[in-house]
Amino acid sequence: MTDIDLSAQETELSHATLPRGAQWLVAIAAAALGGLSLVLGAGIVGAVAVGGLAFVLGYPLWALLVENRRSATDKLVTGLVWTAFGVAVIPLIWLIYMVVARGTAAISPEFLTYSMRSVTGDEQGGLYHALMGTLIVTGIAALISIPIGIMTAIYLIEYGKGSRLAKAITFLVDVMTGIPSIVAGLFAFALFTLVVGPGTRFGFGGGVALSLLMIPTVVRSTEEMLKLVPDDLREAAYALGVPKWRTITKMVLPTAVGGIVTGVVLSISRVIGETAPLLVASGFNPNMNTNALEDSPMMTVPVFIYTQLSEATAKGVEYAWGGALVLFVLVMALNLIARIVGTIFAPKTGR
Amino acid sequence: MSISVKDASIFYGDFKAVEDVTMSIKPKSVTAFIGPSGCGKSTFLRTLNRMHEVIPGAYVEGKISIAGQDIYGSGVDPVAVRRKVGMVFQRPNPFPTMSIYDNVLAGNRLNSKRIKKAEADEIVEDALRGANLWNEVKDRLGKPGMGLSGGQQQRLCIARAIAVQPEVLLMDEPCSALDPISTAAIEDLIHELKSDYTIVIVTHNMQQAARVSDETGFFNLKAAGQPGHLVEFNPTKQMFTNPDNPDTEAYISGRFG
Ligand SMILES: Nc1ncnc2c1ncn2[C@@H]1O[C@H](COP(=O)(O)OP(=O)(O)O)[C@@H](O)[C@H]1O
Ligand SMILES: [Mg+2]
Repeated sequence: MTDIDLSAQETELSHATLPRGAQWLVAIAAAALGGLSLVLGAGIVGAVAVGGLAFVLGYPLWALLVENRRSATDKLVTGLVWTAFGVAVIPLIWLIYMVVARGTAAISPEFLTYSMRSVTGDEQGGLYHALMGTLIVTGIAALISIPIGIMTAIYLIEYGKGSRLAKAITFLVDVMTGIPSIVAGLFAFALFTLVVGPGTRFGFGGGVALSLLMIPTVVRSTEEMLKLVPDDLREAAYALGVPKWRTITKMVLPTAVGGIVTGVVLSISRVIGETAPLLVASGFNPNMNTNALEDSPMMTVPVFIYTQLSEATAKGVEYAWGGALVLFVLVMALNLIARIVGTIFAPKTGR
Repeated sequence: MSISVKDASIFYGDFKAVEDVTMSIKPKSVTAFIGPSGCGKSTFLRTLNRMHEVIPGAYVEGKISIAGQDIYGSGVDPVAVRRKVGMVFQRPNPFPTMSIYDNVLAGNRLNSKRIKKAEADEIVEDALRGANLWNEVKDRLGKPGMGLSGGQQQRLCIARAIAVQPEVLLMDEPCSALDPISTAAIEDLIHELKSDYTIVIVTHNMQQAARVSDETGFFNLKAAGQPGHLVEFNPTKQMFTNPDNPDTEAYISGRFG
C-alpha cells in the first residue's frame, strides 16, 4: 500500500473548511449590522431581529460557499434551534428580572410583618396576613390531597391493574386534571354554601378548592413513579415470603419515595399561585385571620396581588409587585426543596 | 423436602401454557429443566412457589405437593409457601435502596422481624459465606448492593434467598446474564448448596444442566401455540447418554431448539 498524503488539499475524506472562529466573525458582523440599523432608527427590537437574522442566515451562507451543503444545513438548523431557545428563554428571564427589580422596592420589614388592617391612603401596611393565609390554605390542600392522591395511585398501580374500577378512576382523574380552576373554586363555594350557609368564604373552603386541583397531579406523578419500580423487585420481595402490603409499604414506596416527594412538592407549587378559586372560596380580608375553620374570609398572596392591583394607586401597584416577588420566592423555594429531596432519596447505584 | 407434581396444567387466563406435567423431585438434589424457549420452563418453575398466581388471571390445575403437603390446598397461605421455597431470578435484582447488608436481611427486614444486631450480623455472614460472597464484600457491607458486578449481584440474591432459610431453592436461568467466570462461581455454589437445599434450576445451557444436575426434565412444545409438556424426566447421566425419547436425543444433540 502506498502512503496517502492526507495534507493534500482536496481528498475524498476532507474538504475546505471555514477558518477557526468563523462564527465569531459572523457574530461580530451581524452585531455591527444590528447596531447600524439601531443608528438608522429601527428600534431595539428591530435591531435585535436584524442582527439575529443576519447571523442565522449569514453563517450557513458562508459555509455553503466555502464548505458544502450538509455543513450549511447543519449550521442553519443549529442557528434556528438556538434562536428558538432564546425566544423561549428571554421572556422568562425578563419576567424574573421584572419581578425581582420591581418587587424588591416594596419589600420591607413592615411589608412582611403587617396586615392591611385599617390601612388607608399612603399608610404603611403589609401582606403578612396574606402570607399566613396562603401557607394555611395550601397546607390544608396538601393535607387533603397527598394521602388521597398517593393512596389512589397505589390502588391504580398495585391493586387495580386493568380492572374496570381502575379504568373508571383513571378516567375521572383525567377529567379532574382538566377542571378550570375557577370551577373548582365555585364547587367549593357551592359545597360550603350548602353545608355551612349562604355566602360562606373561609380558609378551609379555599383548601378544598385547591385540593381538587392538586389531587390529579399527585395521582399522576405518583403513578409514574410507582410504574418505574421494576416488577422484578416486587417479585423478589414476594419470593422472600413478604406479603403484598408489606412489599408495597416497605419496598415499593421507599424505592419510589424520591420521585413521589418531588411530584408532591411540584404539585404544591403549582396550586400555590392559584387566584381564581381562592377569590371565590376564601375571599378577601384585610385583617389577619389564622383560623381556617371560622366562617370568615382568609386572605392569600395571589388574592392580595389582585386586590392591590385593582386599587390602581401607585402604592397598590408597588404592593402587587411585592406580593408577586414573595410568591415567586415561595415557588422557587418549593422547587429547590423538590430537587434536594429528589437527590437525597434517589436509589443508590454508585460503587 | 421432596416435591411431587401430578397432572399439573398451567394457565395464563384462557391460554394453557403447560399441560399435564407429572414428576417427582428428590430432596437435597439438583434438578434441571431444559427445553426450547417458550416451552413453559419458567412458568412451571414459578408454580412451585406459587409465584405464578402473581400474574392476573393465572392459575394452576392438578396437584403439587411439597413434603407431602398440597401447596395449592385450601387454606394454604402462598406467603408461607414462598418462605419455604425461595427463588433466584434470571436477572440479578438486588433492592436498589438497600445496602449489601440490608439486602441479605431483606426477608427479615421487609417482614419487620425484630432481630438483635448480633444475630443479624450472624445471619448476614452465614448467608454471604453460603453464597461464596463473604470474602469479596465483607469490608463494604454498608455499600449499595447495586454497586456490585453482575455475578456478585446474583450471588447476593442467592444469599438473600438463603438468609430466610428456605428448604427449596428455585433458580430461573440464574447464569444467563453472567460472564463465564461468574457462571462457574455460581455452578460451584450450586454444588455446595445441594447438601442443604433441594434445588430446581432452569437453564438454556445443556452443558450446564449436565454439569450441575442429578436429574433433568426436558420440556418441549408440540407446535407453536400449543402448550408445553414434559417429554422426559430422568437421571441426568442417562438423559445425556441414553435418552428414552427420540425428541430428547434430537434436542440434546443439537438438531433443533
Ligand atoms: N405473563 C404472561 N402472560 C401470558 N403468557 C405468558 C406469560 N409469561 C409467559 N407466557 C407464555 O407462556 C409460555 C411459556 O413461557 P415461559 O414459561 O416463559 O417459557 P420458557 O421459560 O420455557 O422460555 C409462552 O408461550 C409464553 O408466551
Ligand atoms: Mg424462561
